[in-house]
Amino acid sequence: MSSLYSVLLNWNYIVVIMLMMAGLYIIISNQNFIKKLVGLSIFQSSVFIFYISLGKVSGGTAPILTGVSDTVYSNPLPHVLILTAIVVGVATNALGLALVVRIHEAFDSIEEKKLLALKIEDGHQENEQKDNKL
Amino acid sequence: MLILNNIPALLVAIPLLASAVVSVLPSARIAWGVAFVTTLCCLYMAFELTEIVSASLTLSYAFGGWEPPWGIAFVVDGANVHLVLLVAFISVIATVYALSTLKHEIAVEDLPKAYAVWLLTIASLFGLSMTGDAFNLFVFLEISALSSITLIALGAGQDRRALLAAYNYLIIGAIGATFYVIGVGYLYAATGTLNLLDIIKRLNEIGTNQAAVTGLAFMLAGIMVKAGVFPVHIWLPAAYSFAPSAVSSLLSAIATKVAIYYLARILFGIFIDTTHLIDLFLLFVLMPVSVIAIFYGTIAAIYQIDIKRLFALSSIAQIGYITFAFSINTHSGISAGFIHLINHALIKGALFMAVGIFAIGIGQRATMNSLRGVGRQMPITFTGFVIAGLALIGVPLTAGFISKLYLFKAIFETGNGIYVAVIAVSSALSVIYLWKIFEVMWLQEPLQPLKIEKESVVACVSLWLLVFTIITFGIYSAGVSSYGMNAANALIGVR
Repeated sequence: MSSLYSVLLNWNYIVVIMLMMAGLYIIISNQNFIKKLVGLSIFQSSVFIFYISLGKVSGGTAPILTGVSDTVYSNPLPHVLILTAIVVGVATNALGLALVVRIHEAFDSIEEKKLLALKIEDGHQENEQKDNKL
Repeated sequence: MLILNNIPALLVAIPLLASAVVSVLPSARIAWGVAFVTTLCCLYMAFELTEIVSASLTLSYAFGGWEPPWGIAFVVDGANVHLVLLVAFISVIATVYALSTLKHEIAVEDLPKAYAVWLLTIASLFGLSMTGDAFNLFVFLEISALSSITLIALGAGQDRRALLAAYNYLIIGAIGATFYVIGVGYLYAATGTLNLLDIIKRLNEIGTNQAAVTGLAFMLAGIMVKAGVFPVHIWLPAAYSFAPSAVSSLLSAIATKVAIYYLARILFGIFIDTTHLIDLFLLFVLMPVSVIAIFYGTIAAIYQIDIKRLFALSSIAQIGYITFAFSINTHSGISAGFIHLINHALIKGALFMAVGIFAIGIGQRATMNSLRGVGRQMPITFTGFVIAGLALIGVPLTAGFISKLYLFKAIFETGNGIYVAVIAVSSALSVIYLWKIFEVMWLQEPLQPLKIEKESVVACVSLWLLVFTIITFGIYSAGVSSYGMNAANALIGVR
């Protein structure tokens, strides 16, 4: 019973796990390329929350010297790391969306099933062209 | 002195700054010139670095004067000094090759920007091969992934399927990188540090820890995606086969190799294996997976018609050889892995270059049908291609033979005969797909008269530079094999 209580007390990690699984599920199951990127975003956000939870010390304040000797400080390093990871995540999403725009221009669709069919068709056409040339 | 003292930082900083400059240059030729001079500078610095490191064994460079473990450190030791040299060498040759091929595959107005991304990729690969900080590694991992995705997507000018390949790589690569970050988070929670050397020290003090083990598992999973190890390789064949040929040869030669080096570092360098978890992972996960990779890659390549895809699939098999050598888990096994890492980078780089020259010569994708009789029309390229192909099989007097020799030596030391059969049978199978290409290109008549553009001198020179290196390493193998020894010494101690 007490172990269940301690799990519930760390509810922020439960949120992390739920977000992580939701994100991964969207990436795997969704057909739409933009929604896949949304899933990726959620997946990455869950890791951000994980890091931020790691650095938080209960009752801790921002790491600025207060002059009081027994002040409890939160660990700033994971938070700073996550600032970097957020920037990386933004860059990944931007590049992903740019690619989706190009895919839409080239194939006129961003649905995975249709794109797979078009891709296979491209392969067949290539082979046929060769057969005609032969 | 200022340069010599700061080589690790400059190796990343110079291509990074040059890439910003190149992106605003108006002319493709000037952009190429800047890129070429930059890579030459990097090669010079990499040579200087090998001399410094061979004198002092380990070089730790603290950024901004912040001493590790507080600041970010670049560490160069026996395990990665020649990897840095390999990255520098391949990037010079691939840049030379790009001069004559990229303009056929990418719109001229995009070329300066393409060279900017090209330099960004090279900068991040230098960073990846030197960094000693777990989180800094993630940043370089993402820079290299995003820039190589952009380069792969540039293949869309020729074939729109390049966009899908790039998108798949982006999604799979981002999941892999995020897994790696989760792992780093767990290790940080367990040890309170991000410096790899410091992590070893702290883990030694606290002993086996559930959080550290979980973190290690996440890190391994993430890095294996980037390295193209078998079950998580799916992004690799499409990405390499639709990218422009210069990009294919650059990425297949060094991008996955850097990730494999880091895989070895995590496996053998970080974790103090008190409960034999790594031993179990190597024996029951990495070894079977490598054997499957070797056979899957080789057999899939036999049935492949498209030549670039064929060599991408054979890359999976070759990566399988490297991870197989690691999974033997002995001193000679690890050194065999590192020797094959270098040799395969040279061989696969040369093969992709040759295929690119053929494809530009015939003006369409290189396949088993379109390449009929091309070998006789382009004898210089074809000869280089055949030598690189023989090296892939492991014929004596080529670098591939040295790899197989050391691999066999490592296997014989374990005394387990069945592994000998694995390597021998898979090498024999790889003869099939290479012979198929040789036969089509040399013995078969083209079904219609070929209109072949003359092969460009620059592309041939870069191909032959690699081929000469392959032959040289096949005859004078002392340099490569001593690198393998040094790498194993640096990772698991002198034996």
